[in-house]
Amino acid sequence: MAEMSKAKLKEIQARNKKLDQEALRLIETTASDVYKKINKRKKPEVELPIRSLSNVSYSRKNGYLEIGKQRKVRTLTVNTVKTFAQTLRMMSLSKELIQTNDFATKRDAYYQSKNWGEAMFTDQTESDAVMDDIEALFSVDHLNREQLRFVPDEHGGAVAGDLIVLDPDIETGEMERIDCTRFGSGAYSIPSSVEHLSFQTTAKFILVIETGGMFQRLQSHKFWRTAGCILISMGGVPTRATRRFVRRLADDQKLPVYAFVDCDPYGISNIYRTLKVGSGNAAHINQFFCVPQARFLGVTPEDITAYDLPTHPLKDVDIKRAKDAIKNDPFFQEHKSWTKAMNQLLKMGVRAEQQALAKWGLNYVIEEYLPRKLAEPDKFLP
Amino acid sequence: MSAKERDPDDQIRLDFASGVMASAAPGADVVPAPGAVDAVLASARSGSGQRGKKVVRKDGAVSKSPKAPRGVKAAAGGERRRVTAAEMATKHREISVSEFFSKNRHLLGFDNPSKALLTTVKEGVDNSLDACEEAGILPEVRVEIHPEGDERFRVVIEDNGPGIVRKQVPKIFGSLLYGSKFHVLKQSRGQQGIGISAAGMYGLMTTGKSIRIISKTGPKKPGHLFELAMDTRNNQPQIHREEDFDWEKNHGTRVEITLQGTYKKGRHSVDGYLKQVAIANPHARILYLPPDGAAAGSSPEEVTQTGIDGAGGDVVVDGLIVHERVTKELPPEPIAIQPHPHGVELGYFLKMLQETQARQVTSFLQNEFSRVSARVAAGMLESAGLRPTTRPSKLSTPEAERLHKAMGEAKIMAPPTNCISPIGEGLLFKAIEEEVQADFHAAVTRPPAVYRGNPFQVEVGLAYGGNLPSDELVTLYRFANRVPLQYQQSACAITKAVLSIDWKKYQLSQSRGALPSGPMVLIIHIASVWVPFTSESKEAVAHYPEIVKEIRLALMEAGRKLGVHIRRVRREVDEHKKRSYIQKYIPHIGIALQEILALTDPEREQTVDTLTDVLEKSRKV
Repeated sequence: MAEMSKAKLKEIQARNKKLDQEALRLIETTASDVYKKINKRKKPEVELPIRSLSNVSYSRKNGYLEIGKQRKVRTLTVNTVKTFAQTLRMMSLSKELIQTNDFATKRDAYYQSKNWGEAMFTDQTESDAVMDDIEALFSVDHLNREQLRFVPDEHGGAVAGDLIVLDPDIETGEMERIDCTRFGSGAYSIPSSVEHLSFQTTAKFILVIETGGMFQRLQSHKFWRTAGCILISMGGVPTRATRRFVRRLADDQKLPVYAFVDCDPYGISNIYRTLKVGSGNAAHINQFFCVPQARFLGVTPEDITAYDLPTHPLKDVDIKRAKDAIKNDPFFQEHKSWTKAMNQLLKMGVRAEQQALAKWGLNYVIEEYLPRKLAEPDKFLP
Repeated sequence: MSAKERDPDDQIRLDFASGVMASAAPGADVVPAPGAVDAVLASARSGSGQRGKKVVRKDGAVSKSPKAPRGVKAAAGGERRRVTAAEMATKHREISVSEFFSKNRHLLGFDNPSKALLTTVKEGVDNSLDACEEAGILPEVRVEIHPEGDERFRVVIEDNGPGIVRKQVPKIFGSLLYGSKFHVLKQSRGQQGIGISAAGMYGLMTTGKSIRIISKTGPKKPGHLFELAMDTRNNQPQIHREEDFDWEKNHGTRVEITLQGTYKKGRHSVDGYLKQVAIANPHARILYLPPDGAAAGSSPEEVTQTGIDGAGGDVVVDGLIVHERVTKELPPEPIAIQPHPHGVELGYFLKMLQETQARQVTSFLQNEFSRVSARVAAGMLESAGLRPTTRPSKLSTPEAERLHKAMGEAKIMAPPTNCISPIGEGLLFKAIEEEVQADFHAAVTRPPAVYRGNPFQVEVGLAYGGNLPSDELVTLYRFANRVPLQYQQSACAITKAVLSIDWKKYQLSQSRGALPSGPMVLIIHIASVWVPFTSESKEAVAHYPEIVKEIRLALMEAGRKLGVHIRRVRREVDEHKKRSYIQKYIPHIGIALQEILALTDPEREQTVDTLTDVLEKSRKV
């Protein structure tokens, strides 16, 4: 195991501490604003970004779908007093979690509220809504929910390859060193919150893969070693944790990210689009949960012809999805090459899965397809 | 084939003057669909030719001519004719109305035992109220139902009315279609004089007991007692007993009928019926002894049970359920009016032409119709192409038809409406308040309107909330001329109008095509000189667009009042909830702020107090 320099360790610890302090500062500022308003005999207010598609646009500079400047002011009135009380209590819970170096899932937070007497939540949808509000409130200050120690219930995808993850133990505070080359035929599983992780790697790029099956093949044959990369399985549309992990890793280590997904409207407009620019529904958190540096390795519509892949006809829902993306999705409107590719796919009327490459032999993807593709990264779709 | 052998539902004409029926020719001027006695009766009532004193129908004569009755069918029968027309003519004979109804008692509301009991009470109460009002006496009606063993009841209806002079008693109670109101165009409960004698006849038929009447016309006059049966064949009373009777009442009438029947609680109960009578007759005091004894009703628990549809308890005094009057003023006496030119049907018009005393058709029009001036008459005659001086009886049928058409088309002032006596908004409101316990009451009386020349007026009342059942359809009480309508709710124009309203607008829930649901009793009253019923048993109002429209307008007006009330109640509930919100949740804001900002307890308390104050103040603005 390579020794971590003391300086590096200190740096990581300082970074994590800074994040926590920033979160605490924001919670206290918000509470203090409310407190001061009340004592001036005024009704406290909070300002939330409007989370509707009309307030979402594609930012060319940042490379993702960004929430606009529209805000709504929520004033503390008789009608909102319950939500207000619950929001403040939830923020107080967050403060406690940060101070005790703990975390709570959405479900945990819901059960925590059962100690709040009258202010308790009767249903998790209520506590989720309040949590979404808090997240939206702090997103303005570039703080996400995980930093407030509210973590999603679902974990992230699988990781294998040339990567060491540094993960502080919440009990002892000691730095765990996880070597992602040493999982045999298994893999490292991305935790639900990745904010406190740090990385060490010599890999040249990150390859994110749609299906667990393809990931398994590449991992078992140690493709990461021959190609000098980190393999990450998304398992369909990537979760918050996966997106955040890829983003932090790519930012931190300045690595290019290549996506390898099925060639169908779902793979392109849902999985890849969400990975790269985030989702329109939760645009306020896209700043954390997207990977603008991602590029599309394949499978491209052109690959279907070039590699003579077996196909399936597009279903009605695929066609509808593709047309809708071309027409309404700011990402496609920004990238004409994508509009062109999508139209080409529609014209062909077929789709092909990444595992269709097995037609030419099970390891054709390792021996032929990926090396050939990786030789010309400039040709990847944006 | 004699008329007697034929299906009585097939082609029947009533001759109201003589109380006989004759089979009529198909194709006569007012032809009902074959097999629709109801329609014949309805058309008879709604003035299609038989509204007058003596109906000597032209087709009545035709019906007795040998060929006419068989006209259509004989032709269809073709070669198989075996009896000559002359032979058939000998077989035709009159059927007594009483004989007819003894075979068709369902037409009058005696189709089943429970309905028979209710109908008997209803006819007796109608008569009593009408008699009292006509005589200007505040009605006090006492109804008793005594169980007499197996499915047998003795029904007693006693009033404080003017009484009946001795020699009239047998006629009134012992023969059908003997009455004072049929020939007069004014608002009244009974019309044909069928009801009470039919009830007596029903009793006689089912139990063999004669009808017993005690009546007295004044404090110094002797009372008299009759026991009557009925000769159905000749529509004549049979007097079994007649004697002087020493009655403690100053004046009034007591009728006792023993009949086979079933006593039921609930929707079509006598109890419910009398409650509804009380609502529509706020000037009447109604006492009721139910068969199970009102003594049982003296315990508070039983009291509430006697209430209809959970609408609240009844007052029990001395073993009687008492519906107290809420006013001591009699409704103004309805005035009889002449027919309006727009409301007269051709058959009746032809008869009027024959019977009038007027020598010239112009004076005929002016004297025998309402709202016809000399100028209007001249205009109608001109457009009919007739000379004003023609003798009415000399008009040919085509001429008469032209004149009838001209009358229908002429622009004439609406008929006078002072002939209607509605309950009135104020009294209806009071009566509902008295009879239906609820949180909210409303009443609406529309201005009079006119359908086919007949003035009418619609009233709507409602009671909402309280202990009324909230998860059921609303209870609908229909009234015509202050008489509750009990059956055929879905066939009634009133129901149709209720269904056509979007009650969601007025904060009630309503499934498609159904009555609204909610804790509500809805009361609708139509007062008219001639309420168009769909059948002789007078249970449903016919669908005249003018009537449906008026009902709708009244319902919407009442509905708006209801909507305002329900919204206000909701606001109050809301307000209360919000107030408790403040008390419930502000302390939590204090706790959270204390936790985040490390406030001291006094600081927290002060913040909570201030915030409470700020919010309370902002509410008042």
